[in-house]
Amino acid sequence: MVGRVIAAPSLTVQGLTKVYGPLRAVDDLSFEVRPGAVTGFLGPNGAGKTTTLRMLLGLARASSGTALVGDRPYVDHPTPTRVVGAALEATGFHPGRTGLGHLRVYAPQAGVPDSRCHELLELVGIADAANRRVGNYSMGMRQRLGLATALLGDPPCLVLDEPTNGLDPEGIRWLRTLLRHFAGEGRTVLVSSHLLGEVQNTVDDVVVIARGRLVHASSLAGMADLASPATYVVTPSPDALAELVRQHGWNAQPHEHGTMIDGVGTAEVGAAAFAAGVELHQLTPQGTDLEDVFFRLTSGSADGAPAETPTAGAPANLGSVR
Amino acid sequence: MKAALRSEFRKLFSTRIWWILLVGMVGYLGFIGVTFGFSITASSTTTDSGSPALGGAEAAKALYGFVSSIGYVFPLVIGSLMVTTEFRHKTITQTLLAEPRRGVFLAAKLLASVPVGILFGLAGTATIVAAGAPVLAISGDGAYLSDPDVLLVLLFDVVVTALWAVLGASFGLLVTQQVAAIVLILAFTQFVEPVARVVLGSIDSLAGLASYLPGGAADSLVGASFFAELGTGDLLPRWGGALVFLGYIAVFATLGRLTTLRRDVG
Repeated sequence: MVGRVIAAPSLTVQGLTKVYGPLRAVDDLSFEVRPGAVTGFLGPNGAGKTTTLRMLLGLARASSGTALVGDRPYVDHPTPTRVVGAALEATGFHPGRTGLGHLRVYAPQAGVPDSRCHELLELVGIADAANRRVGNYSMGMRQRLGLATALLGDPPCLVLDEPTNGLDPEGIRWLRTLLRHFAGEGRTVLVSSHLLGEVQNTVDDVVVIARGRLVHASSLAGMADLASPATYVVTPSPDALAELVRQHGWNAQPHEHGTMIDGVGTAEVGAAAFAAGVELHQLTPQGTDLEDVFFRLTSGSADGAPAETPTAGAPANLGSVR
Repeated sequence: MKAALRSEFRKLFSTRIWWILLVGMVGYLGFIGVTFGFSITASSTTTDSGSPALGGAEAAKALYGFVSSIGYVFPLVIGSLMVTTEFRHKTITQTLLAEPRRGVFLAAKLLASVPVGILFGLAGTATIVAAGAPVLAISGDGAYLSDPDVLLVLLFDVVVTALWAVLGASFGLLVTQQVAAIVLILAFTQFVEPVARVVLGSIDSLAGLASYLPGGAADSLVGASFFAELGTGDLLPRWGGALVFLGYIAVFATLGRLTTLRRDVG
């Protein structure tokens, strides 16, 4: 795409905290969302994602800390919807208003003409339903209308809360293409989700929170590095295998009928066993993938225990995931 | 601010409730204009009993004043709906995203309700004249449509209806629960206030208080009151009615600003 390059501001969250009585819904959260990339804002339900976004957008007041769009808070931008387009899950639509009517309501404050509303309905694929009342829209159509509303002011930043909810797989793919395109233009895109899988193929960076606290922030590749391989082997000569494990300094435990070797892939184990002439009856990859890393990072969220700091080679603590 | 106002008008006119309420108001005041027109003129012709007679210009003013004293529930409800609908359907989130300055949001709501109230006032006044004037002319002492005092009543019918809409909007800011707001408005306008005005009006030492109720203040501003004509309470001077009424708006709006608009929004 011979695109225009948009100079978009970063989103900067610094020491952001929201206290509801005894509950610290967001707890000293700091992260930055850079322009030109899609950042996934991930965490289980109730982790504080939406509360964080509401504070970022001036809908909720922070107990302490700051959330900035560029150099100032959202509310201090003169025409904020021309800077940040946001679609929050909690946002509603008047069921008696048409989709077009809804966009026209918010067009004046974004400073755009009605023609922009038509364009956007076209872009999000609900132009046919422009004059139907939103009360008759499906969940997916509402998501699309919410996205169109966010895009009204052609904002350089996009903040979308669980935008894949209610979208069918085709819709999710369409959204991915759109968001990648926006990031490619240089825009700042922040997308929250409680499901890593739904945004895994969309995001460049990840910010993972649990119980209101930051547990991980890196590129997606950086998070993938936390995944650790493991290999399950079954051998008729356990002594030879034990010797092999000892020679290579692997970390192995008995597991079911065989042995689990952590931190090593099947290729490495297979090659070593072949070279040492150790007979193997089974050689199976048992490692953790990105999803496991995500669960491990955010686990314990239900009982309030602190998240473990992941260490390479440690088995995924899948047992505690609820 | 201009953008916020345009947004408000688009909100109201992109749903159906405004014309449903407008049709309701026209129908109701048309009915009231005819029936009360007959009952007022009937009572004015049988005034031997010593009860204060309603005749001449006073009858015309009382009848034309019904736009406020009876029709006021419609602008109150439309004003409150302009605010409570946002909370009921959670469009408040998008609204505050578009205009995060909550003082501007509040001002836009109150200001936008003025022309809406004027629209209701014009429709209501036209209706009461269309329905009531012929009755007054035929079975009473005349329609008095060229009497300057009567014309002032018609003018203030429109002004007061606009103020009722603003009061409704400021009340909606305080009671954002749509159903609760409507129930409270109906209970107050259809029961609490009329009873209070009659009761206060019948107690000599408290009679003056009745015109400090919203309806009493509005009647004072209109310059005509069915209740006053019945001898249940004196009216304030026009400027006094205006001050009291604006006071109610200021109190509700301030309380709304300090409660509802300080809260976090989902």
